Order: sequence, then C-alpha cells, then structure tokens
Amino acid sequence: MKSKAWTEKFMQGVFFVAACASVLAVALICIFLFANGIPAMREIGFIKFITGEIWRPNSDQFGILPMIVGSLYVTAGAIIFGVPIGILTSVFMAMYCPKQIYKPLKAATELLAGIPSVIYGFFGLVVVVPLIREMGTALHRVGLVKNPGNGNSILTASLILGMMILPTIIGTTESAMRAVPSHYYEGSLALGATKERSIFRVIIPAAKSGVITGIVLGIGRAIGETMAVIMIVGNQARLTTSILDGIRTLTGNIVIEMGYATGLHREALIATGVVLFVFILIINLCVALLKRGADHE
Amino acid sequence: MSNQTSVKMVNKTTLGDKLRTYLKHPGSFIVMLLVMLAAIITFAVLIFLIAYILINGFPHITPSLFSLEYTSENASVIPALVNTIIMTVLSLVIAVPFGIFSAIFLVEYAPRGNKFVEIIRLTTETLQGIPSIVYGLFGMLLFVNALGWGFSLLAGAFTLAIMILPLIMRNTEEALKAVPDSYREGSFGLGAGKLRTVFRIVLPSAIPGVLAGVILAIGRIVGETAALMYTSGTVAQIQDSIMGSGRTLALHMYNLSSEGLYMDQAYATAVILLILVVGINAL
Repeated sequence: MKSKAWTEKFMQGVFFVAACASVLAVALICIFLFANGIPAMREIGFIKFITGEIWRPNSDQFGILPMIVGSLYVTAGAIIFGVPIGILTSVFMAMYCPKQIYKPLKAATELLAGIPSVIYGFFGLVVVVPLIREMGTALHRVGLVKNPGNGNSILTASLILGMMILPTIIGTTESAMRAVPSHYYEGSLALGATKERSIFRVIIPAAKSGVITGIVLGIGRAIGETMAVIMIVGNQARLTTSILDGIRTLTGNIVIEMGYATGLHREALIATGVVLFVFILIINLCVALLKRGADHE
Repeated sequence: MSNQTSVKMVNKTTLGDKLRTYLKHPGSFIVMLLVMLAAIITFAVLIFLIAYILINGFPHITPSLFSLEYTSENASVIPALVNTIIMTVLSLVIAVPFGIFSAIFLVEYAPRGNKFVEIIRLTTETLQGIPSIVYGLFGMLLFVNALGWGFSLLAGAFTLAIMILPLIMRNTEEALKAVPDSYREGSFGLGAGKLRTVFRIVLPSAIPGVLAGVILAIGRIVGETAALMYTSGTVAQIQDSIMGSGRTLALHMYNLSSEGLYMDQAYATAVILLILVVGINAL
C-alpha cells in the first residue's frame, strides 16, 4: 500500500513538472532573446536603433525603422485584403452555407491554414509576382506610377498575407457568430428586418469581441510571417511610399542576414527579433484582454 | 445546430418570396451578393493554388528526383524527406509526453481557479502566438550556441517541440475535459486509485482528441521553415546521427526556389509537400 501512495505522489510530481514546461519555455525565450538583443540596442542607442532610417551593417549603421514600417505596411495590406473577405466568408459559413456542402468547405478553410508558408510564398513567386509586374508596367506606361517595380512589392506580399490570414479570421469570426443566441436573430427577423440586415446589424455587433479577436490574431500572423514574405517582397531595406516598391520586414531582416552576420551586426539582428517579439507580446496581450472582456459580458 | 433548425422554421420562404424581399430591399440583395462573392473568392483561391501547383508540378516529378543522394544535378528530395520524418518523430517524442502530462495536470490534478493554472494558460497562449522566426532565433541562441549542439536535427527538433507543445496541450486538455465525470467516479467506486483512473480510464477515452492534436502538430512540423533554418541547418544529405545538420522538405523547397536554378524541381517538391500536407489534414 505504501509503495502505491508513493507512486501516486511521484506521478503527481511528474505531471506538475511537465506542466511547468510551457512556463519554462516562455521564460527561456524571453531571457535568451532579451539577454542577447538588449546589449546591442544599448550599444547602438535604443532611439537610434528604432528610429534610424539607414540599415547599412558594413558601415555600422543599424536603423530598423524601414523594417518596422515595412512590417506595418504589409500587415496593413493583409488586413485590407483579408479582413473583409474573411468576415464575409464567415457570414457565409455561419448563415448561408447549405448543410450538404458545409463539411467540405469547413475542411477547406482548415486546409488553408495547414498549407505551409513556403507553398504560399512559392505560389506568390510564380503567380502573383508576374501579375503585379505586368500591372506595374502597364500603369507605368499610362503614366500613373513613376516606378513600375519588378513585381516583388508591398502589394504582392499584402495579397499573399491576406490569403494566409483568412483561415484565422474565418475560424474565430464564425465561431463567435455561432455563439450568438439564435433568438437575437429570430427577434430581428420577426421585427421585419431582412436576413442580411439581421446578420449585419444584430449578429455581428453581438459577436463583436470575437470578430475583433480574429482580426488581432490575423495581425499577429501577418506580422510574424517570414518565409512567404521574403520570397515575394523584394527585401530592400528602405522607406518607400509606393505599394509597387519592394520593402523589407522585421522577419525578413533576420532570416536574410543571420546566415553571415557576425559581431554587432548579428546582435543587431537578434535585437530586431526582440522588437518583433515585443510587437507580438503586445498583440497577445490584446487578445488576452479581449477574451477576458468577452468572458465578463 | 439548434440555431440552424430554428432559423429554418422562421424562414420558411420559397425562392419567389426571397426574390420579392430582395426586390424590396436592394441593399440587402447587394450585401448577400457580396457575401457570396467573398465565399467564392476564398474557395476559388484555395482551389486555384492547389490546382496550379499540382498541374505545373506533376510533369516535373521524375525518377531522378527520388535518388538516394542529393547532387547539384538531380536536386533529389529523398534526403529532405528522410530528414523530415526524423524531425517529425524526434519533435513528437519530445513534445507529446510533456503535452499530455501537463494537460493531465491541468484537468485532473490542479485545483480549479488556481493562480498557477492561470499562468500556465497564459504562457501556453503566448507560445501559440510567437512567430516561428522567433522560435528559430531562440533555438539558435539556446540549442545551437549556448548548449553547443551546432546546427543539428536535435536542435531543430527541440525548437519545434516547444512550438507544437501548446497544440498538443490544448487538444489533450479539451479531450480530457470531454470525458464524463461518471467514468472517473465509476473507477474510483471500484477502488482504483487516481493514477490508475487517469491512465486506464480517462486517457484511453481521450485518445482521439490527443491524436487530433498530434496530427495538427505533424502538419506544422512538415511545413515549418523559419524555425529550422538556423537550428537544423540546410545540409541536403541524410545524416547518420541526430547531431548532424539536415534540411527538411519545406526548407529544401525554400532553398530550391530562392536559388532560382531549380524551378522545375521546386515545382515538383511543392507537389510532394502539398500532397503530404493535404494527406495529413485529411486524416
């Protein structure tokens, strides 16, 4: 009997230790990133690092503003393309979809989430980049844009990222809409509102926090996306205003130069990772707060 | 589901009725069209992507693509495929026990509303939101440099294990919660201890949920690139030890397409990768 009680206690300890793994992982990630990134920030000067417009590691100029702006550009672009289509598709999935085709369509949205980012990047490279290049050339010929660009552009990356965040937005929004009590919808219909008016004036406002959570998660996915983006965004570390120009993102900066970077350059890249990590932590915090808000309602 | 049936009852309208309503409310009609359009765009884009890659890739699948050795002439996928399998198995071996045990702790042992449980939840959610490149950086700093493993399959596997831990935890947790309490009570009533109840009664009934988590995790591992680039490295050969560096299929595919010399092989590799992922998803 005594040995049995001992096993129980022992295994309980094992379970507890396992449960600590995720806490330990987050702690280690924070410690390693900050410990390796912050010294570089201090050496370069935090303000100079964040707001410097020139990234030229050879002459010791480490300003990541172009990359921060680049990440924000492509993320905003992804939101512009992804959010309307995502929300409207989830309206379709929750309210219009015939039962017979619901299952395959649901599986399709899950597949959209499962396709690896290299495949998206490759698809962008062989399909979207040439399209945008032709469009740029055409616009240039008409005189609408100054620089036609070569297809590797903010617009290209926004389109592909918009595609990539669709499943995140569809999943969250759809389940939020399904969680709205059906009598809201029925009441609206009974008052003579059309189906569409009931959906957009009653159900979506009621599912608001879920919809916003989906968008925020989408932002997180877009800002953290690496491989698909570097394959199609051109990766020039510069500030630009044309969406047909190439740009570099925070994630791209790390991957492209980490292979050969040494010394301060390498630390500056890790510091880039720290900036990205802080962005993500802020987004995570927003999601947590939104969820908490939704629970209290 | 109750939502849908009740909706049907309120909405017993014929097609003619619907058209008449839409004539009266053109705004609603336009909104409906937009919804349909968005849905069509979403699914058309997915179908186009898959079809484009399959149609353009299949002709490039040649026997030389499957030779055992990678050379600059054949750009064989076999080493990458073998490395992918090794990477998947290793990561799962590391992550699955931790994931299942911590889920067991959260569901079966931890007192409800415990502060520590809150912290674990929070960190799990944080882990889920961290982008793969940050995992890659961390893996490089800890496993490759600090622990001195160098670019190796093992370093890659540990990095990926941390990445998939929340997936496995989440799914196991949900599955454990779904096991009715009467199972546990029945087991206790027959005189079984807590541990026996967990391993003999609760966990077996939760196996489908655990497997769902594992499958999601496999999908994630197979498709991962950014986290592996600077942890497992990019050597395109089969290694005889897990301390060797090897590229997985997704990384192989990235290298092929970014070098630009092997576009045909990149197409073919994309087909193989896509089929793998679709296959895993269909399980």
